[in-house]
Formats: sequence, structure tokens, C-alpha cells
Amino acid sequence: MINKVVKDADTAIKDIQNGQTIMLGGFGLCGIPENCIQALLRKKVTDLTCISNNAGVDDFGIGLLLQQRQVKKMISSYVGENAEFERQLLSGELEVELIPQGTLATRCMAAGYGMPVIYTPAGVGTEVAIGKEIRVFKGKEYLMEYAFDADFAIVKAWKGDTAGNLIYKSTARNFNPVMAMAGKITIAEVEILVPAGELDPDHIHTPGIYVHRIFQGSNYEKRIEQRTVRTK
Amino acid sequence: MLDKNGIAKRIAKEVKDGMYVNLGIGIPTLVANYIPDGINVVLQSENGLLGMGPFPFEGEEDADLINAGKQTITTLAGSSIFDSALSFGMIRAQKVDLTILGAMEVSENGDIANWKIPGKMVKGMGGAMDLVASAQNIIVAMQHVNKAGESKLLPNCTLPLTGVHCVKKIVTELAVLAVLENGGFQLLERAPGVSVAEIQAATAGKLLIEGDIPEMQL
Repeated sequence: MINKVVKDADTAIKDIQNGQTIMLGGFGLCGIPENCIQALLRKKVTDLTCISNNAGVDDFGIGLLLQQRQVKKMISSYVGENAEFERQLLSGELEVELIPQGTLATRCMAAGYGMPVIYTPAGVGTEVAIGKEIRVFKGKEYLMEYAFDADFAIVKAWKGDTAGNLIYKSTARNFNPVMAMAGKITIAEVEILVPAGELDPDHIHTPGIYVHRIFQGSNYEKRIEQRTVRTK
Repeated sequence: MLDKNGIAKRIAKEVKDGMYVNLGIGIPTLVANYIPDGINVVLQSENGLLGMGPFPFEGEEDADLINAGKQTITTLAGSSIFDSALSFGMIRAQKVDLTILGAMEVSENGDIANWKIPGKMVKGMGGAMDLVASAQNIIVAMQHVNKAGESKLLPNCTLPLTGVHCVKKIVTELAVLAVLENGGFQLLERAPGVSVAEIQAATAGKLLIEGDIPEMQL
């Protein structure tokens, strides 16, 4: 079996260059690749285009990359939790492309499925449709949207094996499987790394063919954005 | 006049047994609290969950288990978890029966604006554009007028649109209204203690009033 294991986050991201396009998995702060974000902060790589559903919060997640001014452009669906983001956007320091969440996910999927475009009704009749080709199928309008083209995809899974197979946990799955499929080079950090053969092939969410580098992360903070509870 | 919980309570009556339902952030989330016993529905959270359960008990929160509002939640017997592409696949394929969401403005032909105030608010559309473009049944929960007292039910939306010709029904603190296929808000019900004249005064778009308008039963 091909071994995809690298030593740590710094090794995994060592060839990410200034100006490249990277995908980062996660929804809010749930299922984000915390170790690789820290490594990107240490590497101080700049002018990144980041494709990620959200932009973290001011002091965690992608918000940390924004604080260090490492991001040139964000491609996201919702960025409401980040004041620094809003400041950089309104001042023109940061380029932002806001796109519908389903379109974001499906453009990742298309890349992983080897399909150049998708057609979606999301955004028809809105400013999202400006400049885009519209086709009518069965009387309904659809926008043509391109598959993403990302130099790197960085994802977080719960368990992985040395062959790069991944299993996600709970709603920390979110964008991770589709981004894992979409990177020219895909880096996976996992909470638990096991030898090939220990995961049941029937339970694999992302087949190792999509994953180029894998390592076991450490010190996961897993910050909760909205802690909501009920009383017994 | 209804408060937020009153609006949620009235919308809960639209939820029928066997439905898969997506609830937006804000008042729509409250609808889950008022679904009557004996009505079995499955709540979809677009970050990748069918069968969203209540908030966890204190100390049992799981950072890996959240809803689309980033709140900690629980699963239920029969829940399933999937990725974001599949989540929007089932929305696009119209497997979700009912979508309930908030709005800043709705127009008399069913257009909705709820994601952007140019120069002021840049948060993004999240999943709202996908939901309104594909859902067959969309109910909007909103205030009838804004803080300045201006109607949010308009001939045309003034804010950037989220979707066109998609809203079917609106529940506000004042009324229940249907959006007619050929345009116009048809007044269906009045909130307790609210007169037709008050609703007319708060509605800038074309309002159709046919016969006696009953008071809401909550």
C-alpha cells in the first residue's frame, strides 16, 4: 500500500507558495484543519486565495490568517462572525467573492468528479448571476458555475490510515470530503492515524486516492462558536 | 400583534406530519419549539444533518455536532449525517418539503431579499440562495415593518435579491399572507387584536382583501 504519511503540519504544507489557491475544510469552526492553519501562520506565506465556507472568527481559524494579512482573496458563502474580515473588506484591503453555499460545495464536488461545470438555480435573478451563462432546462433557469481549481486542499478528518483513507466525525464532516476530492494536492490532518488495514473499507468516507499527505494532528482546541444547552 | 414566539407558533401550524423541513436562523429556529405532539417531522440542517435534535444538556456539548447556526445540538434516533454537497443536493432535488426563513424584504411577486445591505452589512448569503431557488414551499417569517416603521412587504425589493418569484407565504406580527401567482399579497389571517386597516397601512405592496378576514387561531 502507498504510504501517504508525513511527519507534521509544517512538512505537509512546506511547498505552499505565495499567491496560491488553497481550500480549507470546515463549517464555522467545526471541522477546520487547526494544525495546518497554525503551520501556515508560522510559514507566513502570503497573497493566498482561500476557498472556505467561512472565514473563522477574529482570533481563531482563518481569522488568524486574516489578522496576519496572509489572505489576498476569500471565496466563501458566509463571513458574518468575523469583524476583522468585515473591516478589511469595507476598506478594500481584502478581495471577497461571496457565493451560495450549495454552489460552493458543488463546485468542489465537480472538481473531484472531473466535471468542468455545474448548473444550479441558486442565484438566478440576483447579483450572483451577473456575467454568468444561463441555460434553461425544463422551463427553469440555471447558472453555469465552474469547478474549482485549487493548488491545495487542506482538510480535517477524525480518523485516517497510512494509505490516506479518511473517516469524518459528526457534522465536522461538512465541506471536508468534497474539498478533499478537489485539491491538486490534498493534505489531511486527522485526530487518530492508524495503519492501513485497521479501518473497515465499507466505512471510508474519502478514499485515499484523493489524499496526498496525511498526518496525525495534536492539541485540537475545537472551539465552539455558539454554546447552546438545555437544563435537565 | 404577535411577538417572535407568536410568529413561530403560527408557522408551526403549517408543518405537516411526514415533512422534511429546513429552518433558517432567527424566528424560524423557534418554530421547532411549537411543532405539535403527534406531528413527526425531520429537521434538515444544511451543514449536513437530517434529524436535528434539541440542544444538548449542559456538559454534553460536542464541538463536532452543530447546526447551520453554529449552535451545539444533538442527533435523534434515525438521524443521518452527510457532506455539504449532498446536503445541497437534496435541497436542489426538492427532497426537502418546506423551507422557513427570515427576510429583510419581500416583494408582491414573491422576490426575497435577506443577505446584504450594500455598504453596511456584508455577511454573505450562506445557503439561502440555494434554498429559495429550489424549494417548492417557502414560508417567510418576518416583521411587517422595519425599525423606521417602513413596510417590508413591497411592490419591488430595494435590497439585493436572494431569489426571485419564490416566496409562497408570509407570517408577520400582524398577519398571514399568501403571495399570489400573478403578484400581490392576499391577506389570509389577522393577528389577534389587529385590524385589516392596520395591516393595509403597514403593507406597501398590493394587498388583496377578500371577504371577512379571520383572526389567527394559535
